[in-house]
This record gives sequence, structure tokens and C-alpha cells, in this order.
Amino acid sequence: MKPRRPLDPYLLLLPSLAVLLAFVIAPLFFAAKTSLYRWDLLTEARFVGLGNYASLASSGQLGELVGRTFGFGAIVVVFGTTLGLALALALDRPGRLYAFFRGAIFSAYVVSWVAVALLWMWILDADSGLVTVVARALGLPTLSWLGDPRSALVTIALVTVWKITGYAMVVFLAGLQAIPPSLHEAAALDGAGAWRRFLHITWPSLKPTTAFVATTSLIASFQAFDVIRVMTQGGPVRSTTLFVYAIYEEVFVNLRVGKASALTVVFFVLLLGLTGLQLWAFRTQRASRPREEEPA
Amino acid sequence: MSERRSSFDGAVFARGSVLGLVAALWIVPYLWMTITSLKTLDEIVQAPAYPLPSHPNLDAYREVFTSLPVGRYLLNTLVMAGSIACLQILLALPAGYALAKLRFVGKRAAFGLVLACLLVPPQVTFVPVFTMLGPLGLVNSMAALVVPFAVSAFGTFLVRQALLSVPDEIIEAARLDGASELRIVYGILAPILRPTLAAVFLFSFVYHYSDYFWPLVMTTDDEVRTLPLAIALLREQGTGVRWPVVMAGNVVLSAPVLIVFALAQRHIVRAVAARGS
Repeated sequence: MKPRRPLDPYLLLLPSLAVLLAFVIAPLFFAAKTSLYRWDLLTEARFVGLGNYASLASSGQLGELVGRTFGFGAIVVVFGTTLGLALALALDRPGRLYAFFRGAIFSAYVVSWVAVALLWMWILDADSGLVTVVARALGLPTLSWLGDPRSALVTIALVTVWKITGYAMVVFLAGLQAIPPSLHEAAALDGAGAWRRFLHITWPSLKPTTAFVATTSLIASFQAFDVIRVMTQGGPVRSTTLFVYAIYEEVFVNLRVGKASALTVVFFVLLLGLTGLQLWAFRTQRASRPREEEPA
Repeated sequence: MSERRSSFDGAVFARGSVLGLVAALWIVPYLWMTITSLKTLDEIVQAPAYPLPSHPNLDAYREVFTSLPVGRYLLNTLVMAGSIACLQILLALPAGYALAKLRFVGKRAAFGLVLACLLVPPQVTFVPVFTMLGPLGLVNSMAALVVPFAVSAFGTFLVRQALLSVPDEIIEAARLDGASELRIVYGILAPILRPTLAAVFLFSFVYHYSDYFWPLVMTTDDEVRTLPLAIALLREQGTGVRWPVVMAGNVVLSAPVLIVFALAQRHIVRAVAARGS
């Protein structure tokens, strides 16, 4: 529509665009600039060119961080997506009981990370946690889940899976709703059993949803911070120091803002790459369901 | 015949085990949290797995409330999350209206900017925002918690999408009646968009109520600290973790969200599913 006065659209957009420019776009440039300096927040910043990037790369810190963050992401994606799909298939039924169970799983996604982290720290507590006590009673070996560098990262990844599986399940449930029941009915009339119907109808229709859930969980796992800060503070022996936690540590523990900014820039580039992957999944999802396309 | 029957039993068995697994993994932890909060520390040390508290009591809750200014933190959290959610809606409406309904030069660029902001999470902006706000004396203030989130790119996007399907005739009729643009946005379009706005509000409120990351990096001062920070500190107080107190804090922290979730599950699920479609 034609605006009443030519300036109207700009005035209506001004507050929103101002906030986005100031707190989202400008910080990107500011981080890129700061990444070229050595700065401890207290004394004058000193220009070091690409020195921060060079030292991150040559010290092996960057490679280690990227590898660890991807490893963490892989566990979260594989388990979260598989479990989310399995639960969506199992719980896609009418009835209050099923609604309650779906709600219980999804509730973990809305509860604070702090509450989730503390709850699992207690359940996994090496002395009197529920898991430890039950394992002991069954004569199984127990482990200091969060205290052992070999298990801490996997433990945090599984806690993350616990929290986000509800999200995966909800997206899969929406995907299941989009499959016309007539397809299943026709296949059932042809004598196809449950497994064959899943293989030939459900799974092909859910493939794009799966790609979408997987990339979204990967991006979410890259942003993990709260759970690490509460459960392990990056330890033991840095085994759970993931990307965002490393940035936080450089600023608030080591007071190395330049280095933190260099990490931020690399982190953003990685996220952009993952988002590219996600857009590709998004396209595939849209393309496979043309009837959902909105009229432009 | 016997084969049919056994496969039927198999299905029942499979369904039963799924429900059992879900109960064990997603319901028992909440129950355990609540049960622990009603126990005493002695009980936990002596019989850690005994499921029921021998003398259920609220001592742990009393301790949470006396050792922390919970009221203060809760108020801070509600003010912060409430302001963010309200501002996001107030600002998304006019922006979404311009982007969905008005013709002007630079519209594609403006919409592109909004979409681009979807790609930049707070984990990317916190270092530069922290160093930008420092010299302005704004670190450690409610403003540092609220203003950076006053606009949600996602909320703006959702409002714009919802407005696309509102017929132009409604706006034209209002203009003929002499309604100002702001009156059209807040008085006429906002009520039509109620379901979308409710989803944006709830999602944003719940997210920021629970957020630990941003308040942690932006504040050091009790005056503006929020509840998740305080509850996380409960574990670090004194020597030896007093799990009943920590779990009581956990109940205090999660109960409001779980109640809101139980009442508005449909809206929240819709906001979440909207991100995925």
C-alpha cells in the first residue's frame, strides 16, 4: 500500500532498526576491529594486526576448540535427533496420557538451563546421586561423571540431549501431521506392515524435517554455555571448554579482549557456515512440500 | 493365530516400554528434585536412595528465602523478562506493519537487515556489547539487560508474516475513518494478531526469565541480578553442597515456568514449531 506520508514507513521502522543496528550489527564490526588489538580493558589497546588469530592458530587452541565443539555437537545431534524422532513416532497418539508424556518431555526445553544443570549434577553426584546409588545397588561400576575428563564432555552432551529432545520431538510431530493419512491407509490396504509403512511413507516424508532438526540442534549445541558454566566451568583439565565458554573465559578470567574478539569472529564465521547448511535443509524441506508454500 | 497374538503383545510391550522409559527419564528427575527439596541433609547422607522423605518439611525452602533476597531477584527477573517481551511486541508491530503493508524505497534492504539479525545470537555479540556499554557506565544496569533485546528479529519477522495475510481493506477503511497510523497498528491490527503476539510474548518471556548467560556477563551487582544467577550460586555457598537447599531453589526457579507452560503449552509449542517451519 502507498504510505499516507512518504516518511511514515521510515518512522515506523526507526526504533526497531536502530536497536538492531546498535546491538546486533555494530557489535559485529566492533568485534572485528577489536580482534586486531591486544587489550586488557584497563590499559590502552595496542594494534597487533592478525596477531591474535595467529597465536590462536599456532598454539593449537583454536583447532582444539573447534574439534571439541564439533564432537560435542555430533553427540547432541545424533542422539537428540534419533531420540526425538523415536519419541514423536511412539507418542503420536490421541489421549490424555500421551499428551501428558509429550508435555513432560517438552517441558525440559522450557525450563531454565540452570535448573536442568543443577538437577543433573545432583542426580549424577558421585557420592549420593540417584544414578550412582542405583548403579552401586546393582553392582555396576560407577564413575565420577563430571569429575573425569574422559566422561565429562559426553555427560554434558547427554544432559543437553535430555533438554532439547523435546524440541526435536515437537518439530517431528508437526512433520508427522503433514503426512496425509490416506497414504498410510492405502499402504495398509495393500498389506504393508508398520515397519514397511515407516520405511516407504513416513521416513521419506520426514527426511527434510530430520535435516532441519539436525542442523538446528547443531547450531544450538554450538551456543552451549549455561550448562558448562554451571556444571564444570570448562573442566576438568579443559575437557569441557567449548567455544562460547572459551570466549567468556578470555574476557572475564584472562582479560584478553582482543583474543576473545578474534574467537568471536571465528565463532560467527562458523555459525554462518552452519546456517548455510541449515538454509539448504530449509530449502529442501520447502521444496518437498510445495503445497505448504505461502502465496507470495 | 498364535503368531498374530504374539505380535499384538509385542506392540503393547513396546509401547509400555517407551512410556516406562519416558517416565524414568523425564518424570522421575522432576519428582526427585521435589522429593529432595523436602528432605534434610542428614537423610540424604544416610539413605541417599530412599525415595520418600521421612519427615517432609519446608526447611530447605525457608533457607533459600533467608539466605538469598529471593524476592528481589524474582522481581528483577520478572521486570526484565516482562519489559523485554512487551518492548519486543510494541516495536515489532509498527516495523512489521511497514515491512508487510507499505511501499517505500529501501524496503528490501530493511527486511534483509531484520533477517540478517536472525543469524547473530547473543553469544556472538556479548563481548563487543560489554565493551561498548562499559565506557557508557551501563554495565550492571537493568538497561544492559533489557535494551539489547528490545527488538527481536524473529518476533518482527513473525509479525510481518502474520500481517501479510491481513486484508488491505481493513487498513483502508481505518484510514478513511481518519485513524492515525499508530492507531491502526496498535488499535486495529494488534487485536487481529493476538495469537501471534501471544506466542511471541510467551516465548520471549520464558526464554529471558530462564536466561543465565546474558545477566551473568552484564551484571555483578545484587541490585540487578536475576533469579537463575542466584539459584546457581546456592550450590557454591559454604562447604559441601546442601542438595535439599539447591533443589528447593530449583523448584522455586522452575515452578513459575512449568505453570506458565502447563497453562499455555499450545502457544509455546506453536512459537517453537514456527521457528522450524
